Amino acid sequence: MNDPIKKKLKLKVSAISEGTVIDHIPAENLFKVISILELDKTHNMITFGANLDSDKLGRKAIIKVSNQFFEDDDINRIALIAPHAKLNIIRDYEVVEKRIVEVPEQVVGIVKCFNPKCITNNEAITTSFTVLHKEPLALKCKYCEKITHEHQMVIK
Amino acid sequence: MDYSKEEYLRIMELAAEFEQNPNQRLLEGKVVATLFFEPSTRTRLSFETAINRLGGRIIGFSDSNSSSVTKGETLHDTIRMVSNYADLIVMRHPLEGSARYAAEISSVPIINAGDGANQHPTQTLLDMYSIIKTQKTLDNLNIFMVGDLKYGRTVHSLLMAMSQFENPIFNFIAPDELQMPDEYKIHLREQGIRYFEHREFTDFISEADIVYMTRVQKERFSDPIEYEQVKNVYILRNSMLKNTKPNMRILHPLPRVNEIHPDVDKNEKAYYFEQARNGIFTREAIIAHTLNLI
Ligand SMILES: [Zn+2]
Repeated sequence: MNDPIKKKLKLKVSAISEGTVIDHIPAENLFKVISILELDKTHNMITFGANLDSDKLGRKAIIKVSNQFFEDDDINRIALIAPHAKLNIIRDYEVVEKRIVEVPEQVVGIVKCFNPKCITNNEAITTSFTVLHKEPLALKCKYCEKITHEHQMVIK
Repeated sequence: MDYSKEEYLRIMELAAEFEQNPNQRLLEGKVVATLFFEPSTRTRLSFETAINRLGGRIIGFSDSNSSSVTKGETLHDTIRMVSNYADLIVMRHPLEGSARYAAEISSVPIINAGDGANQHPTQTLLDMYSIIKTQKTLDNLNIFMVGDLKYGRTVHSLLMAMSQFENPIFNFIAPDELQMPDEYKIHLREQGIRYFEHREFTDFISEADIVYMTRVQKERFSDPIEYEQVKNVYILRNSMLKNTKPNMRILHPLPRVNEIHPDVDKNEKAYYFEQARNGIFTREAIIAHTLNLI
């Protein structure tokens, strides 16, 4: 640990020995991220910080989850509300891997269809969309086939 | 529910066979449920005629007021229940995407007889059968669409289906408020398909192979004065058919209001009543195709 960069990283994330740090979450979406990743149901130790200063986001949030690692498919579910999130995978206090999130090709749940006449807004159905454009987002509903654009997006 | 070009042609072929021989007891011993969560007498009678001609038995309801749906039962529960009773479900529902959802939870096949403003695939198939029957082909056709091109789901579905065939040309004739939506024009441009837009409905339909008329409905206009101005502009009259091609035929999903003048009815190019009759054979074909009966 004489390498100064590694040392700095270690200090920043030293709260956990094994697990995942999710950084650069927009502060206002912290609790949505927790809910999408179902961290409100885990028994692992979680710490989070909100309203931290960030050059990129203004105010950001950070989540540290002990002993839990995420599959790409799971973590990409937060890309819609935390597109700049960065993951640090921690093993034995060391950052062993860094990952970014990517908007998936298919979005299941999370987002409401904007069409009030869509069956998904009238009955308890998990929404499902094909991603037509990533920036700005355009999601095509599997059921009514209408397109929900980023400015119309409501998180469930 | 989205058919490929090959499936379209297969269903057209079956429809032609049913037209030759409409009474075939392929549904003998089978029960078909017709669930009309919103009333549509025309579509329901067409389906029930098709089912009867195939020898099937029918259960169901003709609008949700006469069913448990008014007691608050979900679509989910209705479909789960009925799919235990019937071998096939034909459903019409006011909400968009309801047929796709029903197909996911049903243990028997679902035929979509219209889901709100989204789709009405059996209408599209009977339109296509009417086209292939009168033109002997689905390729190289010049199709004029007239009236409400913004909200008319029949023209949207027909456009998507016909754009799978060789070299179509589309002409759109509609008032400003009811023009073909951009998403369909983008689709045509991406496919390299030619289309032309017109505001006036005059004599240039001489190029047309098919003239597809639709209703211009008052409730689609935000400004009632606008409606009064256009309601008599998009009317097809017999005098306009003078220089049209001999193979040209006029289609309309029916019911019409005033957009086709009654003096057109006796013209041999008026095809809308036969088009409705073709619906029976097309629906027999769709049922046979869906249940793999042939
Ligand atoms: Zn939808």
